[in-house]
Amino acid sequence: MKALTWEGVNELAVTEVPDPQILNRQDAILKVNLSSVCGSDLHQLSGYIPFMRAGDVIGHEFMGEIVEVGPDVRRRRVGERVVVCSVVACGRCWFCEQGLFSCCDNGNTNPAITETMWGYHPAGIFGYSHAMGGFKGSHAEYIRLPYADHIAFPVPDGVDDMSALFASDSAPTGWMGADLGGVRPGDVVAVWGCGAVGQMAARAAMLLGAERVIAIDRFDYRLEMAERELGVEVVNYERTDVDAELRERTGGRGPDVCIEAVGLEAHTPGPRYRIEQAKQQLRLETDRPHAVRQAILSCRKGGSVFVLGVFSGLVDKFPMGALMNKGLTLRAAQQHGERYIPMLLDRIARGELPTAHLATHPMPLDDGPRGYDLFKHKQDGCVRAVFQP
Amino acid sequence: MAGVGAGVLVVRRMSARQPSYGAAGQARDRWHTVTVNHPPEEVAPDGRLPGPLAELSDAVEVQIRPAPGGRGTEVAARLRSGAAPSGLGGIAARAAGNDPRQQVRSALRQTKQLLETGEVLSPDKPPTTRRTLRGLPLELAARRARGEGRL
Repeated sequence: MKALTWEGVNELAVTEVPDPQILNRQDAILKVNLSSVCGSDLHQLSGYIPFMRAGDVIGHEFMGEIVEVGPDVRRRRVGERVVVCSVVACGRCWFCEQGLFSCCDNGNTNPAITETMWGYHPAGIFGYSHAMGGFKGSHAEYIRLPYADHIAFPVPDGVDDMSALFASDSAPTGWMGADLGGVRPGDVVAVWGCGAVGQMAARAAMLLGAERVIAIDRFDYRLEMAERELGVEVVNYERTDVDAELRERTGGRGPDVCIEAVGLEAHTPGPRYRIEQAKQQLRLETDRPHAVRQAILSCRKGGSVFVLGVFSGLVDKFPMGALMNKGLTLRAAQQHGERYIPMLLDRIARGELPTAHLATHPMPLDDGPRGYDLFKHKQDGCVRAVFQP
Repeated sequence: MAGVGAGVLVVRRMSARQPSYGAAGQARDRWHTVTVNHPPEEVAPDGRLPGPLAELSDAVEVQIRPAPGGRGTEVAARLRSGAAPSGLGGIAARAAGNDPRQQVRSALRQTKQLLETGEVLSPDKPPTTRRTLRGLPLELAARRARGEGRL
């Protein structure tokens, strides 16, 4: 079959690879209808997460039709149109029972790598390096779904493929940031990053009752999209002092909840960006945490900061003093999507959660390298390139 | 600063591999432990060793006890004294996949998966990857990943 593969740092190719197979009795095979790029793919592409091998199929946000099921698949059936959570979780370990699906004990087939780096291993993730299980990704014609009953969710009638697609990863990730960040009615919420995940976090905060939501980015086309599609306030951080702006807009208190949806390749305004890049290149830090720092410093006393952006290792100049002395709650996670996806699909069906606008660049899988190029360099108003295998 | 932090992390990880010492001062392999999300009577019915651990019964000591807070059952295993290679021989055994501690970790993980999900999750295959010089360390790490780690 045809697939988009990682061939080396900043090198992608559309190649022929072997078809996936049922390997466990609880597996299913999915014919991929749509598969989206994600900002966290760029960390693999750029070599910041050095656990990729030449020939790895990438992609983890996807939906499609089930074409084969293993003998122990009970809830899913051939012919069903489903959206699949990017996180491979068993649904039956203690962590899954607590709703902490991305902490699943059984979904990562290479546990030693992340145990050695982080103390314990998280769940697997499709197309997301050998540190996360080495599962083949979704930028392909077909994909194997382990634990199919637990990670694939039927798309309701009336929800089109493109709208359902983002219930795989962006929408549940964003929702988790607002939910576990503790957004309550009346809150002021600030969201760093207006990509798909940041936009979904902003919309989730509104739906959870936030009175004001302020989205922060440097690309006008993304800010305009968030303002137009979601009705949030926006701040361009290249044109203003974010901390002062947030202070002014919140009566001097600071946002109640700060959600970071940027990750380890954060851009920093001014010459500090070069310094951050140099530190990263010299391995004085592996990740650039500018948006996390700013979220912690801007957050109100006793407030909450949720980190949705992906980080892999160590950061420099982490404002521990502000975190401690302001009495903040800091929380983070890969998405616990299985906990939210059915509810999100219902909200999409009811028109409460617009998602299809995120797919600015639908294209054939053959154009995958071009799609990533547009996405990485923020060209042509790209928010998400979506591949149709 | 971060580099120093990474160094400390590595030292901590390495020291975690150090053996414990018994009352008489003899080196002993540490207990390798998983918690299974099932009550003890389902993990070891009639006191029988669960799943793949049973195949290692001559080589390991096993303890099974309820986890606190109703969180299932703690299953612990360690090699009988003197079974684990150390020093350069230990490093070579680990690289070759012949270190018996790898078998213990792997058996514990498989036991937990079988009890909780009914199957041992297979890595994706056939592979789509190609062997490259830069990818060799990762290939080796992935090949040993089910028998290594901090477990």
